[in-house]
Amino acid sequence: MEPRQITLQIDHHFVTVPEGTTILDAAQKIGIDIPTLCHIDLKGTCIRNTPASCRICVVEVEGRKNLAPACATKCSDGMVVRTSTLRVMNARKVVAELILSDHPNECLTCPKAGSCDLQSLALRFNIREMPFNGGELSPRKREYTASIVRNMDKCIFCRRCESVCNEVQTVGALGAIRRGFNTTIAPAFDKMMSESECTYCGQCVAVCPVGALTERDHTNRLVEDLADPEKTVIVQTAPAVRAAIGEEFGLPAGTLATGKMVAALRELGFDYVFDTDFAADLTIMEEGAEMLDRLTRYLGGDKEVRLPILTSCCPAWVNFFEHQFPDMLDIPSTARSPQQMFGSIAKTWWAEKTGIPREKLVVVSIMPCLAKKYECDRDEFKTGGNPDVDYSITTRELARLIKRANISFTLLPDMEFDMPLGASTGAGVIFGATGGVMEAALRTVYELYTGKPLGNVNFQAVRGMAGVRRASVDLDGFELKVGIAHGLGNARHLLEDIRHGRNEYHAIEIMACPGGCIGGGGQPLHHGHSEVLYARANALYKEDAGKTLRKSHENPYIKMLYQEFLGKPMSEKAEQLLHTHYFNKSC
Amino acid sequence: MKALTRPEDLNSLRRDAAASLSLREKSETQTNGQSCGLETGTGHIQVLVCGGTGCKASSSQLISEKFHELLAEKKLDAHVDIVTTGCFGFCEKGPVVKIIPDNTFYTQVTPEDVPEIFARHIIKGERVERLLYTDPKTGLHVSDSKHIDFYRKQMRIALRNCGFIDPENIEEYIARDGYAALAECLSKMSPEDVIGQIKLSGLRGRGGGGFPTGKKWELARKSPGDVKYVVCNADEGDPGAFMDRSIMEGDPNSIVEAMAICGYAIGASHGLVYIRAEYPLAIHRLKTAIAQAREYGFLGKNILGSGFSFDIEIRYGAGAFVCGEETALIHSMEGCRGEPTMKPPFPAEAGYLGKPTNVNNVETFANIPAILTRGAEWFASIGTEKSKGTKVFALAGKINNVGLIEVPMGTTLREVIYDIGGGIKDGRKFKAVQTGGPSGGCLTEKHLDIPIDFDNLLAEGSMMGSGGMIVMDEDDCMVSVARFYLEFTVEESCGKCTPCRIGNKRLLETLDKITSGKGTEEDLKTLSTLGKVIKDTALCGLGQTSPNPVLSTLRHFHEEYEEHVRDHKCRARQCKALLTYSIDSKLCIGCHLCARNCPAEAIIGDVRKPHIINPAKCIRCGMCLARCKFKAISVN
Repeated sequence: MEPRQITLQIDHHFVTVPEGTTILDAAQKIGIDIPTLCHIDLKGTCIRNTPASCRICVVEVEGRKNLAPACATKCSDGMVVRTSTLRVMNARKVVAELILSDHPNECLTCPKAGSCDLQSLALRFNIREMPFNGGELSPRKREYTASIVRNMDKCIFCRRCESVCNEVQTVGALGAIRRGFNTTIAPAFDKMMSESECTYCGQCVAVCPVGALTERDHTNRLVEDLADPEKTVIVQTAPAVRAAIGEEFGLPAGTLATGKMVAALRELGFDYVFDTDFAADLTIMEEGAEMLDRLTRYLGGDKEVRLPILTSCCPAWVNFFEHQFPDMLDIPSTARSPQQMFGSIAKTWWAEKTGIPREKLVVVSIMPCLAKKYECDRDEFKTGGNPDVDYSITTRELARLIKRANISFTLLPDMEFDMPLGASTGAGVIFGATGGVMEAALRTVYELYTGKPLGNVNFQAVRGMAGVRRASVDLDGFELKVGIAHGLGNARHLLEDIRHGRNEYHAIEIMACPGGCIGGGGQPLHHGHSEVLYARANALYKEDAGKTLRKSHENPYIKMLYQEFLGKPMSEKAEQLLHTHYFNKSC
Repeated sequence: MKALTRPEDLNSLRRDAAASLSLREKSETQTNGQSCGLETGTGHIQVLVCGGTGCKASSSQLISEKFHELLAEKKLDAHVDIVTTGCFGFCEKGPVVKIIPDNTFYTQVTPEDVPEIFARHIIKGERVERLLYTDPKTGLHVSDSKHIDFYRKQMRIALRNCGFIDPENIEEYIARDGYAALAECLSKMSPEDVIGQIKLSGLRGRGGGGFPTGKKWELARKSPGDVKYVVCNADEGDPGAFMDRSIMEGDPNSIVEAMAICGYAIGASHGLVYIRAEYPLAIHRLKTAIAQAREYGFLGKNILGSGFSFDIEIRYGAGAFVCGEETALIHSMEGCRGEPTMKPPFPAEAGYLGKPTNVNNVETFANIPAILTRGAEWFASIGTEKSKGTKVFALAGKINNVGLIEVPMGTTLREVIYDIGGGIKDGRKFKAVQTGGPSGGCLTEKHLDIPIDFDNLLAEGSMMGSGGMIVMDEDDCMVSVARFYLEFTVEESCGKCTPCRIGNKRLLETLDKITSGKGTEEDLKTLSTLGKVIKDTALCGLGQTSPNPVLSTLRHFHEEYEEHVRDHKCRARQCKALLTYSIDSKLCIGCHLCARNCPAEAIIGDVRKPHIINPAKCIRCGMCLARCKFKAISVN
């Protein structure tokens, strides 16, 4: 049923909206931008936080005794709203001043400076003095994990991280503890995040309006490595990075900046600029082979085989099932993530080919992700203590470094990746968007299973932003059923179903972040605009469409890798270098 | 006991039960001033011993036990009943013991007094004069509570059974028309009729908000849904307020009955009582009442054969003040963090577990059976135009008669403080009365003749709240009073919204500054502007009212604030940092006693010569003042 249309008056303008619309949204509709702080509503995704607790967005509603929060007050027919009276402006300013009075004045050294929502408000409200400063500051913890830095004295208690961690991701690592002035956001019992169920998905960081939750920065370490003449420093860039980095340099969201990104990395002094997409193609070879193996055994009547097979490219997702579903560790594919496959091949096959000793080779990854930082640190991805990928930096960190190195990003010429580890197909590129891994797998699995060429490589049914999507593909009479989930809350639903024997799928792709890697915790901040995510995903599909090779198994350098080094997918060597095992991490 | 299955069964049960109460009821009206004893011809005596938390803390349980011992010893069990009742309200003079049928009201009884009461009164029929209440105005003993001023102006509806019946005996409740309202509703009234009666009565929520109860029930009734809940808010948390506790301790069945009626009216079959875990006696009595109500068939399936089913469970709160706010209370019951959320949606639309929920306070519920048995018109005839019925207040502070009182709405503050409360302690001068607890404000001398009701108090910058009433005299510093309440709110804020979490903290810091002598005129402006913004922007009722104590004292006692910041003086001598201790050189003989006792070594002077106090070192502990034998030390 269509909702009833109602008309109200905001600042003397009449506006008609469907019943249930908030004052904030109604005002936005007519171009009135009411300031907000705690509120976030990433439309089209499940990311939403409307506690109405910061009280920045208050407005006057005729007939109401006190001010109303625009973000959570629903419009009613005939309502008269005023958003810019002296009373409103004064109240907003006082509320902002109160927040500032419990916030350290460290803007000069804060990693969030320049993109901090609180800083923007202070500017917008013309705050030139801090009338309430000098009082007590609430006691809060600091913590450095492998991925996330928690600097809770900067926390303004907007609860966005809490909403994302609990409602969207259903991880439950962060929540409000203590009361009143001493309230803080922390894992239960004020434990450290590193002792909690945190998956390091970084969605809390992606929504934090201030500098309370930020990424662990490795740019200084990178600058030192680049300057070390003894070291060969190579870089791999994840697919989602190219679709977002332009935003940091004023380019519109969805601008593909692959060539400029490569050029910038060369400028920065990397010895070789490679592509994680190469490893994505490799992932399809291994994961696809594993999927075919399980399917063939299943169709052959093997009752022991575990289906569905779940993708394992996303390290936050891996952390999630290790913590929350330790009874199901045998279901996900054993294939390592593209980042780790890349590191493993770079430090074996490629290092041998080029004669660079492992200890002098530094493998850096540029990732849209914070969990990748943690993944680099996992012991099973180290040889004699030397990690396959030395460290990972995020899209945001790379952008900062490019700016710091005086590189005019937008003026750079487009350049190509180095070979062989820079070669990729369109299948590797779309890994960055939710559904992309499944689509890439389907392209390869179809051809390998049926032995026939695939006509249309575009599997539209697996694309899009719906939280859970399902599709079936006719593999020569066998109906392959696949599912896609993004956001760990959606993943949890599917896993609970599987746990209780209600499974309809043969294979499921899961990405921890809403939208997939394009919405990763290390990407340029979306500031609550979901259009940004759609634009990034479209950019990746555009790059895929423009490629001559769009199936992973057609990548000539992948073929070369198997011929020269690995033999065939799931060979003993491939198992050793490209597969992994999982741990029970339940708290 | 076999559960009752028909409304008519209740009538016969009531007739049987009435016998045990007839003695008490008769004595209410028919005393002739004579005291009764077994030897003077009285056949049966009842001894009512207050079993409320306050009197229990003063060993009232030992008093009962002692009576039992003596009765057993003399084999008089058959002639004398010892009844443990709920609170009599006159807590100032507790433990209270009442002898029936002569209605003798003994105050401040100790277990050691029991043998004397037993031997002289119960056996011989002579009153123990020294244990009777002495009227401070006449200096005469008063034997009957009816003639004590404290009770004279009261009208007890919510407290009708407190201090009268044994709260752990459902039959005594039934004898007082208990469960008659429920039976009437189930057998003769439609849910809409019930709601209509409550609306007609004009009853407004006694928890503080004053929302019309009938309207609230109607909203819950009309809210679509198969599953609905009735919640009793027993999370009483105002400092000094204990009316809800007393009702639950003294008349728990009235809550059980009212909740069942509410369930019938709104279409709910499940009731929850959210009670703070630090009310163990109330919890015990409530549990007993629920168990007995189930046994007698007032709770459970198909109540009195009506087809209506209802049951109640108890949920414990950890004592957070904010959980008295209904949305926070619901979240707490759901196992979530106890913090309020935006209204709408109101609990009537989406409450406990997202279902329509009606939340009423204990005192509100306690009024319901009385309204239905005595009629909505009767209730509406009491009180003022917009506030009907009575209100229970917890009278405390610098007042002679501390205790729990119930008066008709519209009674003036003067009547409450001077007539019922017996005036200010030690003949001091009245300065202010704080109503509404930490959300309320302070009223002054000029407000004494205002008839108390929801709207009048609100208009003067205070509020009814749950009924805390703290009286202050000239020794109370109003800045410190505001500071005290704000400290409570800061402690009890859930921390969710900015104005309450940080704003109140900054208000408190400003008050700290003022009471420690560092305040400026600018700070007074800050208090006022910040306080107003907090009221205007805070999320829930707690935050929206938390600046009231500051704003109302600023309004009514501005001069006192100014003295603090301008002259650095506290006229009530409560703000230590503003006091100056000095030695009158004419009176000081140089005995050196003060200097020897000063812990801060702030006093210097040679023996036999006048001493002086170094104000920089003085910590204002008052030791010198206490030690000086020559009255040479003064404080200003």
